[in-house]
Amino acid sequence: MYSEIVMDHFKNPRNVGEIPNADGVGEVGNPVCGDMMNVYIKVEDNRIADIKFKTFGCGAAIAVSSMLTELAKGKTLDEAMKITNKDVAEALGGLPQNKLHCSNLGADALHSAIKNYLDRKSGKLKDLGKDREEHVKSREAEACYCPYCSKQVEEESPFCIFCGTEIHHEHDH
Amino acid sequence: MGVIYLDHLSGTPLHPRVQEAMINHINTVYGNPVSDHQVGQQAAQALEKARSQVAALINADPSEIVFESGGTESVNHAIKGVAIGMREKGRHIITTNIEHKAVLNSLRTLRLLDYTVTSLDVDSYGLVDPAAVEAAITPGTILISIMLANNEIGTLEPIADIAKIAQKHKVVCHTDAVDAVGVIPVDIKTLGVDLLSLAANQFYGPPGVGALYVRKGTRIWPLLDGGMQENKRRAGTENLIGIVGMGVAAEVAKEEMPERLPRIRALRDKLRDGLVARIPEIVINGHPTQCLPHLVSVSIKYIEGESLMLMLDEEGIAVATRSACASGSLRASHVLISTGMDFATAQGTLLFSLGRDNTEAEIDRVLEVMPPIVQTLREMSPLYKKGHTA
Repeated sequence: MYSEIVMDHFKNPRNVGEIPNADGVGEVGNPVCGDMMNVYIKVEDNRIADIKFKTFGCGAAIAVSSMLTELAKGKTLDEAMKITNKDVAEALGGLPQNKLHCSNLGADALHSAIKNYLDRKSGKLKDLGKDREEHVKSREAEACYCPYCSKQVEEESPFCIFCGTEIHHEHDH
Repeated sequence: MGVIYLDHLSGTPLHPRVQEAMINHINTVYGNPVSDHQVGQQAAQALEKARSQVAALINADPSEIVFESGGTESVNHAIKGVAIGMREKGRHIITTNIEHKAVLNSLRTLRLLDYTVTSLDVDSYGLVDPAAVEAAITPGTILISIMLANNEIGTLEPIADIAKIAQKHKVVCHTDAVDAVGVIPVDIKTLGVDLLSLAANQFYGPPGVGALYVRKGTRIWPLLDGGMQENKRRAGTENLIGIVGMGVAAEVAKEEMPERLPRIRALRDKLRDGLVARIPEIVINGHPTQCLPHLVSVSIKYIEGESLMLMLDEEGIAVATRSACASGSLRASHVLISTGMDFATAQGTLLFSLGRDNTEAEIDRVLEVMPPIVQTLREMSPLYKKGHTA
């Protein structure tokens, strides 16, 4: 199901953990929909000097988090903002079609961490804790997305009305 | 050590006696049971022998057994067949929120055809209340379809009570017994249902073959139209190789059940109790006593089921996950959510289903390997707080 690179990053994930006093924190996803990713960055001279992650999710979500941190480490903030979901999926040697959504989560978490850093630097944000709580809450209310084309779909919908792909809501036997 | 297979609900390996019978059949029989010549009649004999063997497993008359292409077709036939057969009487069907997809999606199709469905809630064990079933019956109710054993949490529903209510109100009663037949004793006379679905690959027979028990006098339309096979109830040339395998599997299941049951139940108890003792913050799903004897459904907080399943697979342990397919977009198991479990916990669910070949050493291995894997994944999870570390 998964490529060798995905399995390697899943089994031996790089940069797992939190950074105490991180300069920026990005939190995306929520456990309701199945995946949640936190990214912590330390910024020095406008570069990502250190990056760590914590992820609740499937094998693909963990591999995506690990690969993302590898891609972002040492990059300037501008360069890091340009890392796309596609870059992460390609670096992993591809993901199964129904797992592509997990790669969206990866780049989103990184970009969110960088924005958080920039907001704090410009004084827009003072109390980090409060913002994080609100962020998670706002995500809770979100709907779920088609795993194939990532468009928002009805939760019980048997197929995606955008791409037409049938959605399997759980493992059948 | 080979693979430790703990996913028997997804399919059982062939019993050696089943394999032998199927190979013998392939080598000697090739006729079509509908042909009146000797070659055809040899096939017809094999078919009727298998029918008797399957009937004996559930204490039915052989004429009440219709062979199907598996549990899914059997369920589709029961539900859609009654819907068409009874359409003059009404268009209302009663079911529960925790049925298998074969039931849920058959009913989804019938909704498109203007049938109405009442889907009943279950309690935290996954049990449906027979009184709620009775209360849902209307003059237009034609069918009650409720599973005998749930395929995700193993809870056994009070089908005998529900069948009595159905009989009282002259409503046809179907039970999806796919995960129970061949595992626990199932007696059609005690249950009192009109229709019952079963599948061979739950009791060491081949995949792709199942049966529908149809009580004499039940009005049911064929799902597949065509020739007169299966007494005009299921057209199409029979999958005789599979059917012969199912027959022998049924016979062997009946023979071996008194020995299999207590042994597998003891291993299951060891696994369940071992997990509870070794891994903090887990939930054992389903009813504690009124449940299948070979299944453990466990929800592990703070982690997601697929990553745990993959890590166990790396250790040579094959289990099923009952989380959403973990793509970040799909909902958790409808069964667990129906029992009142929160979404996050439901995502971390694993389903172990044991079988006749499992050993105590294998269970010991799982209990040794799993706790550190759970801890590794928890350390990686943003939901797991350091304070929880024991």
